[in-house]
Amino acid sequence: MTGKHKDTYIKADQPVETTGHEWDGIKELNNPLPRWWLWTFYATIIWALGYMVVYPSWPLVEQATRGLFGYSSRGALEAEITRYSAANARSDAALVNGDLASIAASPELVNYAMSGGAALFRTYCAQCHGSGAAGARGYPNLLDDEWLWGGGIEDIYRTIRHGIREENDDNTRVSEMPAFAEVLEQDELADVRHYVLSLSGAPHNPSLVPSGARVYADNCASCHGETGQGDREFGAPSLVDAIWLYGGGQQNVADSIARGRKGMMPAWQTRLSESQIRQVSFYVHQLGGGE
Amino acid sequence: MNPSEMTSNTQNMPLYKPQEPVFPRRVNGKFRTLKWWIMGVTLGIYYITPWIRFDRGPGMPDQAVLIDLAGRRFFMFWIEIWPHEFYFVAGLLIMAGIGLFLFTSAFGRVWCGYACPQTVWTDLFILVERWIDGDRNARIRLWQKKWTLDKILRRTVKYTLWLKIGLLTGGAWVFYFADAPTLALSLFNGTAPMVAWISIMVLTMTTFCFGGFMREQVCTYMCPWPRIQAAMMDEETLTIGYRFWRGEPRGKHQRREDNSGLGDCVDCSACVNVCPMGIDIRDGQQLECITCALCIDACDDVMRRLNRPRGLIDYLALSDQSREIAGGAPRPVWRHVLRPRTMVYTALWALIGIGLVYALFVRSEVEFTVAPVRNPVFVTLADGSLRNIYEFRLRNKTGMPVTFQLGVDSTVDDMQMLVNGVAGTTVTVAADSISVRRVYLDVPASSEATKQHVSQVIFWIDSNTDDDRHYVQSVFNGRERR
Repeated sequence: MTGKHKDTYIKADQPVETTGHEWDGIKELNNPLPRWWLWTFYATIIWALGYMVVYPSWPLVEQATRGLFGYSSRGALEAEITRYSAANARSDAALVNGDLASIAASPELVNYAMSGGAALFRTYCAQCHGSGAAGARGYPNLLDDEWLWGGGIEDIYRTIRHGIREENDDNTRVSEMPAFAEVLEQDELADVRHYVLSLSGAPHNPSLVPSGARVYADNCASCHGETGQGDREFGAPSLVDAIWLYGGGQQNVADSIARGRKGMMPAWQTRLSESQIRQVSFYVHQLGGGE
Repeated sequence: MNPSEMTSNTQNMPLYKPQEPVFPRRVNGKFRTLKWWIMGVTLGIYYITPWIRFDRGPGMPDQAVLIDLAGRRFFMFWIEIWPHEFYFVAGLLIMAGIGLFLFTSAFGRVWCGYACPQTVWTDLFILVERWIDGDRNARIRLWQKKWTLDKILRRTVKYTLWLKIGLLTGGAWVFYFADAPTLALSLFNGTAPMVAWISIMVLTMTTFCFGGFMREQVCTYMCPWPRIQAAMMDEETLTIGYRFWRGEPRGKHQRREDNSGLGDCVDCSACVNVCPMGIDIRDGQQLECITCALCIDACDDVMRRLNRPRGLIDYLALSDQSREIAGGAPRPVWRHVLRPRTMVYTALWALIGIGLVYALFVRSEVEFTVAPVRNPVFVTLADGSLRNIYEFRLRNKTGMPVTFQLGVDSTVDDMQMLVNGVAGTTVTVAADSISVRRVYLDVPASSEATKQHVSQVIFWIDSNTDDDRHYVQSVFNGRERR
């Protein structure tokens, strides 16, 4: 038995090379890397140079260098969109040529319209109606069962296509709730407000109701109906139900009567294709309140 | 280490070194035989598995093991894993990890030495190399020789065979991801998808380079496992070691001379010559050693011929070293293997395994989850009643269409349930697919539930696949906000 290997596995008889770097007595050992590692590093540099030639790389004043094959991520996206559009052409044709109400009968079309409609809704509609379609003050909740202009799929389709009070569309839905502050006296405004609130059982002053009913019959019944049931012909909301687009209660109703309301929705036929409009129509129709 | 033992040569100091060629000699012995068997079995499993057929009925793939990425299904014989059951895969990976801990703490780098693809394929490549070029000495001679016709021919044949192995390896890989016979046919007539070609090409080249040229470099410089191992090993771990107390001082034994001053090691270099990593195990355990045990076979052979006991190089534990130096016998293997650490690993490993098997047996063919829609929390309907919306995810994992009957149990009076898209509350889900349905719970304005914060509801489904009713608990949100 020799002293070598006695208690340790370290090669005690071979001096260990250091790099000559020393910090507080701690020396850096030199365990050389394999040379191919270095070559791999150089190869990655050469690869990067090739990459710069093949792909857009150097930003210039107007645009980056175009690369050998003219690749661009925008171009790749466009190619992909074109490819998917071509793949969807058959579904689009079936959607456009068929009867709107018959979409529901074909599981394939339902699947297509639901996927497309949901994506389109989040892109174009969610800004006003909310990503969950719950709407906001002044923007109708699409999940409930009240529809200003009708909740059948044909009605929804027309609303989306031509918009509401859209100046540039001849077939848009038009009506206007006037500002009655210019028409009625102060006490008449108060009377009709209490009458309107009484229709849905909201808190009101019963003593003002009879006079309010007379003001209502003269000024409001032509659109909102004799009993306040509303009229979809004019987009006039029902005043007897629990839903208030601009909020219920004294203050909100007073504002609506005094200043009038004319919410606007764009006509989407200028921005969406016929198939896309039908997809969104189907999607909105099935959200819960479709008729 | 004594600072005087360090040298520093800042003038001419290579920070990089060329690869030193390794020419492992052929060796026979029990560990080599075991390794041939392991190579045969592992390569056999790898190449044959995708071709095993398994009948799952019409419309379903009949490949026993299939990773269907496009359809998001993983098939393994009678087991079908859906994406939401990925925890099975995670569980298997955790088991593989703990298994690696277990084997490393018991036997050191036994994975590296026997089962790692890098080792198995390198062994196969060396086998081919030995067949073409001859054994160690012939290979060294050929390596030193100038480029003659013979050398060019041998190199061409060798590289061609290596490439073919690489091609088979890359080829087998893609068959796990598509129907093997269909894909094989499309590979032959050139209609296979680009991704298949690219995968085959990349794996062919990596197999070719790693098995043919990189070999020990992969283990020493590229693989992180050697560095992690140190944390798994302790003084009880059985690793390959050299009984220097028996072998030293080493030296050539001379016939008809007194060799009593020498140890058992005859310095024949057999252990160095067979080492695929190009190291000398007599220097002790070192980073490069993959514990392939070929040096044990080589040394045992020499010891047998010298009529010395085997095991000059052997599986040793550090804890036995001083005992053996003092003249004691090594403790039996089971004393090293069965200790708290390995038992804890085994228990953990088994526990997860049992959990996975249990989960596999109790999982249902049909499932449903309920996600209450939070945007909005509730909807006021025209008549003042309150609506909550829930998204039902109905999974039918069977090969037949399944009819689900949906229902709700609640203490809330006059609660009405509607299922979007169907009349009534019965939904049919096509075979092997998911149906997502919006379900509405409507409560009239007069109900207390509309004023409260939440009311408990329990959804249930019945299906025509089993007699069990499946339940999911949820809540109905009223106007009261907190």
